[in-house]
Amino acid sequence: MYEGAIQDLIDELGRLPGVGPKSAQRIAFHVLSADAVDVKRLASALQRVKDLVKFCTSCYNVAESEQCRICRDPRRTNEVLCVVEEPKDVVAIERTGEFRGRYHVLGGAINPLEGVGPDNLKVRELMTRLSSGEVKELILATDPNTEGEATATYLALLVKPMGLHVTRLASGLPVGGDLEYADEITLGRAFEGRRAV
Amino acid sequence: MYVRQLELVDFRNYPRVAVDLEQGPCVFVGRNGQGKTNLVEALGYVATLGSHRVATDAPLVRVGAQRAVVRTAVVQDARELLIELSIEPGKANKARLGRSPVTRMRDVLGALRMVLFAPEDLALVRGDPSERRRYLDELLTLRQPRFAGVRADYDRVLKQRNALLRTSYLAKRGGGSRGDLSTLDVWDVHLAKYGAELLAGRLELVAALVPLVAKAYDAVSAGRGSAQLSYSASWTDDGSVAPLSVQNLEERLREALQASRASEVERGTTLVGPHRDDLTLTLGDVPAKGYASHGESWSYALALRLAAYDLLRSEGIEPVLALDDVFAELDAGRRERLAELVSDSSQTLVTCAVEADVPAALRGTRYEVGNGEVRRVG
Ligand SMILES: Nc1ncnc2c1ncn2[C@@H]1O[C@H](COP(=O)(O)OP(=O)(O)O)[C@@H](O)[C@H]1O
Ligand SMILES: [Mg+2]
Ligand SMILES: [Zn+2]
Repeated sequence: MYEGAIQDLIDELGRLPGVGPKSAQRIAFHVLSADAVDVKRLASALQRVKDLVKFCTSCYNVAESEQCRICRDPRRTNEVLCVVEEPKDVVAIERTGEFRGRYHVLGGAINPLEGVGPDNLKVRELMTRLSSGEVKELILATDPNTEGEATATYLALLVKPMGLHVTRLASGLPVGGDLEYADEITLGRAFEGRRAV
Repeated sequence: MYVRQLELVDFRNYPRVAVDLEQGPCVFVGRNGQGKTNLVEALGYVATLGSHRVATDAPLVRVGAQRAVVRTAVVQDARELLIELSIEPGKANKARLGRSPVTRMRDVLGALRMVLFAPEDLALVRGDPSERRRYLDELLTLRQPRFAGVRADYDRVLKQRNALLRTSYLAKRGGGSRGDLSTLDVWDVHLAKYGAELLAGRLELVAALVPLVAKAYDAVSAGRGSAQLSYSASWTDDGSVAPLSVQNLEERLREALQASRASEVERGTTLVGPHRDDLTLTLGDVPAKGYASHGESWSYALALRLAAYDLLRSEGIEPVLALDDVFAELDAGRRERLAELVSDSSQTLVTCAVEADVPAALRGTRYEVGNGEVRRVG
């Protein structure tokens, strides 16, 4: 235990995701020995992110104005809507350059262990968006893990009466990888889940 | 497959020991408490990434040491593979295959395949259903590694579903409403999906084991009654399951979850599914559990391991067989029959306190274990 301000900083850093006590201590002492200008810049970046960044009122992606860049872009189609868990997923899909529709950011996935149900996600907001009838295809791009799969199934059941075209991202073997480098669990399951072409 | 070398550093009672092993039978002789079981336990750890005796890693590290290292050279089809594990409680374990570190520990699985019978296996017959489910699932994973993934997914879905039921149960008990159960249908879908995959694997495995267990029990038992095993489902009326396709099993599981929905909500946990199933072992017309004598239970447990060994061999996987403290429990006739069963194995590791207990056919290479050392004596 250190005294006063330095321990306060270590404690705060230690509460960040992925930062253990050792790392928190290392970062704190790095900050202490850094130039005052650099520390000011870091502090101001931390401040500004809370002051300036808001959530888009349409898709709940991060935005610096009422609507995010993607929702404001008139060249994109409203007919395809891609549902993701987090803003970082929007960034990942944007990097592929494959998608010209709009997004809907849920803010997480259904996870009873963490007390997260549909009411804690932007599900009602999604239903409101869909009720306009403009969307023709709904892409469920939640994570390919237990919670993401459950969320996708939940949404698929929920929108079924609307008669939309609902799709789910393909998962399994990484394309472009060599079959021989896939581990036997992944390859074994891909083999079992093979489908006609 | 056989183990050519085993080297331990700070594993259990060994500060450091290196043993060269041979194909065929290898017999480790030593008084009790000298570290015979520790040797096979170390190899078992390499094969399964866990100990057959303890659930945590701490007891495996020599008292006073930080970490244990198990190094072994395994020969398969005339090619030698080096496997090195570093076991450090409180930190992530590390492994090397050949000379390169592996990114995931599970990449080590399959490098050494071993079937181990130890006195603890009596729990297969006398213990909880969880012991028998573990027996089935471990064997399933040895044959088809994808089941490690299926089982992990099933367990995760089960945990989520139970958390949901539990939250609702606690809310109701606290005098509130039942809470939000709107996602229960979704968890049912996924539980049934992975559950059916797991079930299909287990059912096929049990069917393959039935004749092998009967044969092995005949050989190692004193000869009364025959061993029968059947899969008991927690989700059918009488526990029986007809061999069905995965799709059919999935439907049946979903129906069962529907049917028990009310009591599950009432009790706040998942009551049906492969996590509640069992393997029923019978001897003649009576269940082994509760009826079989100590000797019969012990023979049954041994028969289950021998059947697993037989099955893997028949499928072209020639695992290493380890028999820990087996022969002292058997009379002369059963010793000979067991020796005969395993005489043509590629490698059998036998531990015993009294060498005379081991039949001549299994004498092979001999080692003396004592004072933290392992000496080859013939
Ligand atoms: N973590 C440990 N550190 C030091 N000694 C240990 C440790 N775990 C077990 N032992 C010792 O190992 C011995 C038991 O070895 P074991 O292989 O079970 O004997 P046996 O030859 O009867 O099979 C005991 O003497 C026990 O004290
Ligand atoms: Mg022992
Ligand atoms: Zn937006």
